[in-house]
Amino acid sequence: MTDAWMAWFAEAAQWLHAQGLDPHTLLTFVLMGFLTMVARSFFFIPDGEWTLPRWAQRGLYYAPIAALTAVVVPEVVLTQGQLIQTWEDARLLAMAAGAVYFFWRKGQGQAVLGTIVVGMAVYLPLHMGLGW
Amino acid sequence: MFWHAPYYRHPCFREGVIAQLAIAPGVAAWGLMTGVAMVKLGLGVTASLVMTLVVFAGSAQLAAIPPLLGGAPMWVVLVTAFCVNLRFVVFSAHLRRYMMHLPRWHRLTMGYLSGDLPYVLFIQRFPQPAQDAQARVEQMAYLCALGSTNWATWLVFNLAGVLLAQWIPASWGFGFAGVLALSGLLWSLADTRLRLISAATAGVAAVLAADLPLKLNILVGIVTAVALCLALEKHVDRVSEADAP
Repeated sequence: MTDAWMAWFAEAAQWLHAQGLDPHTLLTFVLMGFLTMVARSFFFIPDGEWTLPRWAQRGLYYAPIAALTAVVVPEVVLTQGQLIQTWEDARLLAMAAGAVYFFWRKGQGQAVLGTIVVGMAVYLPLHMGLGW
Repeated sequence: MFWHAPYYRHPCFREGVIAQLAIAPGVAAWGLMTGVAMVKLGLGVTASLVMTLVVFAGSAQLAAIPPLLGGAPMWVVLVTAFCVNLRFVVFSAHLRRYMMHLPRWHRLTMGYLSGDLPYVLFIQRFPQPAQDAQARVEQMAYLCALGSTNWATWLVFNLAGVLLAQWIPASWGFGFAGVLALSGLLWSLADTRLRLISAATAGVAAVLAADLPLKLNILVGIVTAVALCLALEKHVDRVSEADAP
């Protein structure tokens, strides 16, 4: 049973490699999928009763926003690894416009979607039109 | 198997499908956009398709792409994705009392399908865990319907976005929509003072550490922010009730 699965998986991986997906990236995706399941099931994976230590519970509360900012901010304020020196940057203004929209809507309804739409409505003309 | 007749023949299943379909336009647009953004951030079409099928977590998918393409080692990509997913760990603590009557694989499948929106809709409809077997089936039928419908909607539109991306020139800069999507989630989490401090610290630290190889600056940002907040919360004179998770 397991051998058949392994053979099937190896064949699929080989086929995907031929399609331009290298095995290292494929393994990363499989592990990410596993982590999706682990994160969403975290507290009901074991059969018994258990709790995290208090510092870890508190850490859970601060880590998601830290991870998002640590990815987003460098993508917005750095160009080729250098801090941008001007306000005439489509990314900064789009980000600001998106934030204004989000807080104006107080995060209600489809506010995240609106943030993307408003942000892109600012970004695309500045980026394509003015080359910012 | 979790997808079985007592669930999908239950009246609550139909109710769940309808509840989830009511918000499907939002899921569809977000899935479509994520699909386009993944390809435009530089991930190939095959890689984007496989990632969508396997990972099934939009924000983690988008957040993992910059370190992945930046040549970061696998563990950095995984830590980044898992940290973005940590909000689900908080949800799972809440869902635990609804789930423990199920066998483990059944729970894990339900968990995998319980993204942000199914979670929110489920706890709105059932604020308290069921006390007897009949009510448990009712609740699980509803959650199963929400999760499956959400999964199907997300997958179809995310895949459509990936395929659509080929006709959108890279020079338009559509990958930035992915960054904006992450920023929208970021604003929605910025609800207490300490979380704002966490965000500010992570942002500054990730920029200051930008010269580190392998996108390790993301990790530096997360660790610095969480450590600072854990140290600070002991000294903040009065952590408000709203600051409790």
